[in-house]
Parts: sequence; C-alpha cells; structure tokens
Amino acid sequence: MNALASAKDTEMVETTTSASPNRVIDIENLSLTFETNDGPVHALSDIDLKIEEGDFVSFIGPSGCGKTTLLRVIADLEKPTAGHISVNGVSPEEARLNRAYGYVFQAAALYPWRTIAKNVALPLEIMGLSAAEQRDRIARNMELVNLTGFEKKYPWQLSGGMQQRASIARALAVEPDLLLMDEPFGALDEIVRDHLNEQLLQLWAKTNKTVVFVTHSIPEAVFLSTKIVVLCPRPGRIYDVIESDLPRDRSLDIRETPEFLKIAHRVREGLKAGHSYED
Amino acid sequence: MTDVPLTQPRSTNPFSGLMSGTVGPVTVVVLAIIAIWYIAAVALNTPFQKDIYERAGQSDVAVSQMVTDTLFQERPVLPAPHQVIVEIWETTVEKKITSKRSLVYHTGITLSSTLMGFLIGTTLGILLAIGIVHSRVLDKSLMPWIISSQTIPILAIAPMIIVVLNAVGISGLLPKAMISTYLSFFPVTVGMVKGLRSPEVMHMDLMHTYSATRLQAFWKLRLPYAVPYLFTSMKIGMAASLVGAIVGELPTGAVAGLGARLLAGSYYGQTVQIWSALLMAAFLAGSLVALIGVLEKLTLKRMGMAQ
Ligand SMILES: Nc1ncnc2c1ncn2[C@@H]1O[C@H](COP(=O)(O)OP(=O)(O)OP(=O)(O)O)[C@@H](O)[C@H]1O
Ligand SMILES: [Mg+2]
Repeated sequence: MNALASAKDTEMVETTTSASPNRVIDIENLSLTFETNDGPVHALSDIDLKIEEGDFVSFIGPSGCGKTTLLRVIADLEKPTAGHISVNGVSPEEARLNRAYGYVFQAAALYPWRTIAKNVALPLEIMGLSAAEQRDRIARNMELVNLTGFEKKYPWQLSGGMQQRASIARALAVEPDLLLMDEPFGALDEIVRDHLNEQLLQLWAKTNKTVVFVTHSIPEAVFLSTKIVVLCPRPGRIYDVIESDLPRDRSLDIRETPEFLKIAHRVREGLKAGHSYED
Repeated sequence: MTDVPLTQPRSTNPFSGLMSGTVGPVTVVVLAIIAIWYIAAVALNTPFQKDIYERAGQSDVAVSQMVTDTLFQERPVLPAPHQVIVEIWETTVEKKITSKRSLVYHTGITLSSTLMGFLIGTTLGILLAIGIVHSRVLDKSLMPWIISSQTIPILAIAPMIIVVLNAVGISGLLPKAMISTYLSFFPVTVGMVKGLRSPEVMHMDLMHTYSATRLQAFWKLRLPYAVPYLFTSMKIGMAASLVGAIVGELPTGAVAGLGARLLAGSYYGQTVQIWSALLMAAFLAGSLVALIGVLEKLTLKRMGMAQ
C-alpha cells in the first residue's frame, strides 16, 4: 500500500509541475437539447465535469440518460446547445482535428468490404502513415486484442465479440492520448470481458492514457475507474461523482475486497436514487 | 429402432421432378411461351388466310391445312416462332458479316452506339451524382432539370438531336450515342446519389472522428458503399441505352442498325424481319445486362461483400 501511495505521490508531483495542460477535459454548465418532432429532448442538463490527464473515468447510468451524448460532445460529434467545453485546452473541434482521441462506438462499425487488418489500417491510411508503420501498428494492436491470425478475414466471418475487439484495435492503433469508449465490452461474455478489462487497465497504466468509458456494469465501472460519474435521466444530469481510492495497479481479485464493495455500493445507491421507477 | 429408408421414395406426381431445380421450371416456362405464341399466330393469321382462300375460290379447306397455312404465310400478322428462327439463321449464319443483309452487321452497328452512349452516360451519371452529393447548390439546381429531362418523350427529341448534330457536321455513331447517353445517365445519376448517400451514420461518424477530408471520406467510404447501387443502375442504364440506340436509328433514313431493320421491315410489311430484329435486340439486351451481372459478382467478391 505504501509503495503504491508513494508512487501515486511522485506522479502527482510530476503532473503538477507541467502547468495546467494536465486538465484534459473541462466541462462547465454544459447542456444539450435535441429538437425533435415530439418537442425538445433534454439529453444533457447543466453538466460540470473535470477530467485530468491519466484519469480513467466511467459514465454509468440507466439507458437514455445521455452517456453516449456526453461522449459524443467530447468527440465533437455533437454540439452542445449551452455551456462550455474544452478538450486538451482547446475546443472539441480543434482537438478532433489534432486527432487527440480514439473513439470506440457502441457497435463495432467495421467496413464490410475491408478485411480486419484493413479496417484497423483505416485511420492510419487517413493519417498518412508509411506502409511499414501501418503494418507494425496493425500487428501490435491485433495482438493486443487477441486477434492475431484473423487479419485476412472479413467482418462477417467473425463473431460479434471479435468484431468489437477489432474495433478496439482500430481505435488503439491511432495511439491517442485520450480514449473515448462507448460500452465497448457490452456485447461480450463475462470471461472475455474480464480479460479485456485487465488488458485495458494494463495498457492504461503503462501508457498514462486518459480513458473515458461508458458502461452499464457496476463491477466494470468500479474495477476500471479512478473516477465514476453516475448520471440520471430526464433531464440527463450528473447525480454523483465518486473518486475511487483503489490502487491504480489492480488485479481482478480486488473485486472481493471491502474497499471495492464499498464503492460499488455507493454507485448502486446513486443509480437507484437517480432511477425513477414510474411505469 | 425403426428402419428408416435411406432414400426418400420418389413422389408419384410426374411433374415433381420437372419442377425441381432451375432447368425444369425454365424449360416449362419457355415451352409455354412458345405454345402461346403458336396459338396466337394461328388466331391472328386466320382472317387473312381466309381472305386468300376466298379470292382463290377455295371454299372448304380442312382445318389442319388452314392451321399449317397460317404458320407459313409470307407476310403474316404475327410470324410463327420457326419462321423467325429460320430468318435469324439465314441472316446471321448464312450471310457474310460484311453484307448489308446480315443481321450480325446491323446488330454490331447498334451495339457500338449502345456501348458508346452507355459509357458516356455512365460517366456523366457518376460525375453528376458526385456533384449533387457534395454540393447543396448542385443538388437544388440540377436535380429538377435531371428529372424533367426524363419526362420528355425520347421519340420527340431524338430526331431533333440527330438533325441538329447532322447540321453541324456530326454524323455517324455519335448522334445515336447521344440519345443513348440521354436515356442512360438518368438511372446512373439517381442510383449513385442514393448509393453515395447510403453509408450508415456510424460509419460517417467514424470518418468524422478521424478528421478525414471529404476526398478521403469519398474514396474510403462513400464510393465502396455505392458500388452495388452502381451496378444495379448500370443494368437499367444499359437496357435504356439500347432503346436509345434503336430509337436513334429510326430518323436517319434507316440506313443501318437494328432500328433500321425494324423501320425497313415495317415499310415493306416484312413482319418476319421485324420480329427477328426484335428478338435480336432482346437477346442483345439480355446479354449486356448479364455481362454487367457477371462484372458485379466478380467485383463484389473481390471487395469481400459477397460470400
Ligand atoms: N440525435 C438525436 N436526436 C434526438 N434525440 C436524441 C438523439 N440522440 C440521443 N437522443 C436522446 O437523448 C437521450 C440520451 O441518449 P443517449 O444515447 O445519450 O443515452 P445513453 O445514456 O447512451 O443510453 P444507452 O445506455 O441506452 O446507450 C435519449 O432520450 C435519446 O432519445
Ligand atoms: Mg449509449
């Protein structure tokens, strides 16, 4: 525990020395209302959120509470109707143009006419990387998600879970400092999910990436995150922000510890309170 | 354990074998069409045959004799299938290709202007679609014109195009090809606009997250998405091109081509010649569309979009 705490301390010192750019995402009073045919939908209301470099932040909340929408705002796929947001100190659009993030969608969204390797290569082609660099990154990231040997297969020849892993490899291949992941493991079975959770955590610990992660699973959120954001619907807003004091270096066994269960309990209470059971 | 027979007992229905697979049903349909054709030929040619008998003073001709005679008239209202087949045989296999009476020669003329018009029309259609998809101004300004262009009957403007182009010294293949172009660019434009706009939202979003340029999004996403649409509209465009080529041959004084054969045939009441030209045109259209179908299969297979 001591060693870990001191490791954390040194890191804090490190990050505070480099002035304020360690604030990766800064959201203030942000709201987003969709104008639909049946009137306005208040997808996000009055969101305040700060995410620091190296954070692993999870968004958790009932379906329709605006998790995807908030992630899309960060990625400049959706424009807020009010409030302020900056990513890496600049507007989301500028951050996107700087290729600041990799995005994993709720579905795999692979291009059906490209093989798996070619799908992973897609962002690399767009970035204009050399063929050798592309090959290197494809091989490395396909291995990371355990898809080595499937390079020449087409998406329809793979199971849904394998497709989703390919889409993760595609996002990782960009080697972004910020990873935005929308329920990336939602379609996978428990065992594969555990495995990928561990790998994602290792990757994160190794590279000091910032991850924003949407999930429906309480154990997943608690296991992965340094910060858990509980959202509630109608209008979509932040109900609770839980700073996790679990060590950064964790293994799956931590899920049996009282500290883990305590945080999980608080998340569950938040979800229950924010959830209206009107039928 | 009960004994299960290894082979299913054959059904006692004599037609069950005939209707299984694809060869059987196709044969049945073709035979049915030929049978209906014969019956129609007899029915339509009977009045004229009766006239002939009357003029010749023959009063009671046996029915079987009359049926035979209706199928061997020189200028029947509706020629019988075998008459058409004999005519096609005589004008293809038994004539030199260079002869003006060779159907192969005329088919070749029509084919060349069909293909030329089709290539220009397809290229034009693709370019228009690219413009329309990428520019709101082009979409709003071009689309109404493109649609109204197709409401004008082709028979009305074909002579004008031919005459005008002849007046400025352009004759031969190009004027006819222009009419084919006029008919074939439309399905390609409409199909390609639909295809280029069909990518899933998530696939477009993905391009957006990569900050891909419009050119990159076009090459890597919109174009591959549009390929199946392109082939479908090319099949329609090809058939329309052939119609355009034949229509384009009518006002030129019926010199050469399948259209000329149709026109000459109707001048001189040569129904057998008309029908053999029609059959040839149908065969040509079928082959061209089938050829595009083969190209489509090969392309989609190469792209990994077909199993
Ligand atoms: N493009 C849109 N137009 C109109 N309404 C939208 C649009 N996108 C999302 N919404 C609405 O905004 C709300 C939040 O949607 P969002 O997709 O962010 O939910 P979510 O938390 O991701 O849900 P889930 O867990 O089911 O994925 C919903 O009520 C949804 O109907
Ligand atoms: Mg969602």
